[in-house]
Amino acid sequence: MNLTGRKIFEGKIKGEVLYSTEPISFYGGVNPENGNIIEKNHPLEGKSISGKILVFPYGKGSTVGSYTIYQLKKNNKAPKAMIMKETEAIVAVGAIISEIPCIDKIEIEKLKDLKELEVNANEAEIKF
Amino acid sequence: MDLTNYEKEMLEGKHGIAVKKAMYILVALGNIFGAKKMVEVSSVQIAGVSYDNLGEAGLDYLSSIAEEGGKARVLTTLNPAGMDLENWKNLGISKEFAEKQKRVIEAFQKMGVITTCTCTPYFIGNNPHYGEHVAWSESSAVAYGNSVLGLKTNREGGPSALASALTGRTPLYGLHLDENRNAKITIKVNAEMNEITDFGALGYAIGKKIGKEIPLIKGIEKAGVEELKSFSASIATYGGQGLYHIEEITPNKTNEPKEVKEISQQEIDEAKKFLNDDSEVDLISVGCPHCSLKEIQELAELLKGKKVKKEFWICVARPIKSIADSMGYTKIIEESGAKFACDTCMAVAPLKGRFKCLATNSAKAIFYGRGKNQFKTIFKPLNELIELAVRE
Repeated sequence: MNLTGRKIFEGKIKGEVLYSTEPISFYGGVNPENGNIIEKNHPLEGKSISGKILVFPYGKGSTVGSYTIYQLKKNNKAPKAMIMKETEAIVAVGAIISEIPCIDKIEIEKLKDLKELEVNANEAEIKF
Repeated sequence: MDLTNYEKEMLEGKHGIAVKKAMYILVALGNIFGAKKMVEVSSVQIAGVSYDNLGEAGLDYLSSIAEEGGKARVLTTLNPAGMDLENWKNLGISKEFAEKQKRVIEAFQKMGVITTCTCTPYFIGNNPHYGEHVAWSESSAVAYGNSVLGLKTNREGGPSALASALTGRTPLYGLHLDENRNAKITIKVNAEMNEITDFGALGYAIGKKIGKEIPLIKGIEKAGVEELKSFSASIATYGGQGLYHIEEITPNKTNEPKEVKEISQQEIDEAKKFLNDDSEVDLISVGCPHCSLKEIQELAELLKGKKVKKEFWICVARPIKSIADSMGYTKIIEESGAKFACDTCMAVAPLKGRFKCLATNSAKAIFYGRGKNQFKTIFKPLNELIELAVRE
């Protein structure tokens, strides 16, 4: 199946899906050293976003979160790609400055039980 | 987006790699938020300055932009850093942190940014006139700038504000457009509004009640710069507002929304109760947002001839403190044992673990004290804070 959304940052990649029902705060909510989600009571608390195709509704929290995404990339702990329902500025800017393939305006509920996903952000497209 | 030829050149890289990257960010944001074109800005305020928030990656990013030749094209000032840039040793900051923080400031300096670090740019000369389009981050300054000064800015983040500094542009959407600046809800305040803390509690109560909606607030008889500064910080922290209107006090035009909600005295009292924990204070701090000249004057009067028995920090922009120096206020205040913390504040300094309970007159400082620093908090007006400070 194919879904098309909106390109935030380009790139083509295939990988394992990590799905979050809840929004993610990168600053304070993700450890930039290892990519682990550290926000208390987050459904993914303790899981690592590193090397995953991260699927989540949208980002939240401090705008410094854009730099946290950049820090993850520098530490080789960033997600391979980010797929969202609706982006806001924090994740959009983070994806751009960190050059992480990123698409939004995707009905992410359809990806809930997926193991793997193919992302072609150049065409704003995902395949599964 | 419809870009001018010059903006297209920026995006294509004809004006350097740093400008190209900055324009790429702004165009992406413009597309996301449905902007049809860019607008020129006359002033920028950049958040994301403290090394405690930026980390190594943020420092790397800023240094690389500076290396790539990024230069601010408009008057640009900075948010508070993670420490007093001169007096950091006396305030217990480590040498390692200080070195990293200085490198952040050097990167901004290289970009031609005015490296005065304050959340009150409007007190130190970054003070555009009514109606000007600007790109400010720092949520309290955005709310104050839009609402009290009549500027037009969205709530920018650190990286997008930096991109605006390097290009002199921001995408035209949101609070830059008059049609989005109308109030959506009328708030009737039926409560005593005297102290700064009343206004802090009001910001909390309104924020909790209506979230991000733009309010038209009625029933406030009088509010000075200090009250509005405190209210701006509080409503932006607890609600997320970038703009509010207060009848007969703020200058912007607005429709009068039919939907009316009330804020009662009981709600203000409950807000104050929520902001107060029952705990032994070991740090007292004022100046969130940074103190005005009037507040420094008041502190000098209240502290004259007294000795504080607890750690007492006064957060302020360095240029305001230099006026206090020449007026003799600094001497009076420092003789009491209180300390100035210029360039920095409670929200961004690395204080976690150093103190247990913060007493302050700022509702915003309480949010960051509790969250980031995991302090217990006490919320009191200035004169009561002084009483608390001089007690054994």
